[in-house]
Amino acid sequence: MTPISKIISQRVALGALTLWIVSLIVFAGVQFLPGDVATELLGQSATPEAVAALRKSMGLDIPLYLRYFDWLGSILRGNFGTALANGRDIAELIKPRLFNTLFLAVSAAVISVPLALLGGIVAALYRNTFIDRAINVVTLASISVPEFFVAYILILVLAVHAGILPSLSDVDSETSVLGRLTAIALPSLTLAVVVLAHMMRMTRTSIINLLGNQYIETARLKGLPEWRVLVRHALPNALAPIATVIVLNLAYLITGVVVVEVVFVYPGLGQLIVDSVQKRDVPVVQACSLIFAATYVLLNLTADILSIIANPRLMHPK
Amino acid sequence: MTIVHGPRMLKSGASKLASAPLSAKFGISIIIIYMLAALLAPHLAPYGEAEIVAKPFEPWSAQFWLGTDSLGRDMFTRLVFGARNTLGIALMTTTLAFSIGASAGLAAATFGGWTDQILSRLIDVLMSIPQLIFALLLLSIFGTSIPTLIIVIAVLNSTPVFRLTRAVAIDAAVSDYVEAARLRGEGPIWIMTREILPNITATLVAEFGLRFCFVFLLISGLSFLGLGIQPPTADWGSMVRDSATLITYGDITPLLPAGAIALLSVAINLVVDWFLHWASGLKED
Repeated sequence: MTPISKIISQRVALGALTLWIVSLIVFAGVQFLPGDVATELLGQSATPEAVAALRKSMGLDIPLYLRYFDWLGSILRGNFGTALANGRDIAELIKPRLFNTLFLAVSAAVISVPLALLGGIVAALYRNTFIDRAINVVTLASISVPEFFVAYILILVLAVHAGILPSLSDVDSETSVLGRLTAIALPSLTLAVVVLAHMMRMTRTSIINLLGNQYIETARLKGLPEWRVLVRHALPNALAPIATVIVLNLAYLITGVVVVEVVFVYPGLGQLIVDSVQKRDVPVVQACSLIFAATYVLLNLTADILSIIANPRLMHPK
Repeated sequence: MTIVHGPRMLKSGASKLASAPLSAKFGISIIIIYMLAALLAPHLAPYGEAEIVAKPFEPWSAQFWLGTDSLGRDMFTRLVFGARNTLGIALMTTTLAFSIGASAGLAAATFGGWTDQILSRLIDVLMSIPQLIFALLLLSIFGTSIPTLIIVIAVLNSTPVFRLTRAVAIDAAVSDYVEAARLRGEGPIWIMTREILPNITATLVAEFGLRFCFVFLLISGLSFLGLGIQPPTADWGSMVRDSATLITYGDITPLLPAGAIALLSVAINLVVDWFLHWASGLKED
């Protein structure tokens, strides 16, 4: 086994272990709920026989660990159970919303990633000048400002005063592609603003860190223009850390969508989890948090693996 | 990482403050204004915190400086009381997070071996779940009261504190003076609090500032979602939520509490940036 595939399989195993522990935590959470579910459902006046019968039909009389494996098995088959609030099938409830959320996150990424790369290169090219400092200030501001602040400022400027974009992102399965794109314009802009500056800053730092190397010196001595030195000589070596930062920011988008979806009343997974926490509809919260956590773990794993693959030194051990 | 001695650092702090860059002075003045507002809230505010004084959504006027909210409570009053509640709860949470994270980190670094392994692996797993989602899951299980909120957020935020404390404390734990203290026969508690802790104070103080920002933003976010601090307690996150509809009429009132959150965390970041800069003696590229 080559060392690189060994490292990667170790990481994948670690990711799988993490996911398994996440599922344990999510499952264990329900066991902490005060009171007995069966008594809760039937009310205080229920006869002991009725409670026992319901407990049996819900499988509550089976030992905990067996129930866990049962639960895990059905989730792996895509069966999340039914929602407490309206008795609907959770998988059916989640499917269109998951699509909406992914659509929003992907469009935010499509806006922010190219801009971040471009901005980072520009900042590195004009380092320690006014442009660079301006980018620095924006980064600081966007990291410390809550998402809803950005969202409401964008609504005020682009929806209320300019009147060019809708401030509510109401979409359903009948909405056309164009309608969807208009509806999610503001939420995806908000998300893009939130992650853009950080990615830009990291791109700049990764490029500048390489500038002390001798091959950069050689390229400069050959008389190449500065942008060519940056784009052709520094950038390829900076790609690994940049890719990592981008994937980590995409992972950040996964939680950023929650607040943004609530601001714009966008029917996504984030809105669903917030509503369900309010109603204390635990099965739905379980299903949503499993999906969010799994996506997050997988994206982090991707970032890890990307940075390993992009490091050719690991391919040729000494 | 440069290790700076705590007391000496504090003494030179006062003189350094005079020569601080404009951004840091700005940050410090903002923080002082917020602290004054939080401490003097009942004296500054013209009305009571949950007192209904007029009709809902009154416009700005001489009587109600920033108008009234969705129930007819004075907006300015609630903004001032919000400083007290939001900052107080965030400060308590951060302090609790630090007590848990820093003591576990110190213990991991001092004892090493199995203690370190078990704590570190546990923290790795906890950190691999996004914080907001974890908080939502726990709040749906335990309910959304203020004590639950503080404990849940503190536990979630103790994980990065643990990592940082462990990393810097391990650096300090292998130094000669710790070895000397061990040979002298000092117990682990002495070594942790009298030998290692004073040498990692600068890093921890900076981390406290940044962590406070994260906690503050997370709590405001949760309150905005309706899952954090509950009414009638005045809080900036829920104030944004309650008055959000006004924005569609071009009224900027909802931006004020949101801006109050943003301004404070920018101010803290500016101060922490400057603090790290002189505490580490690093120069920018």
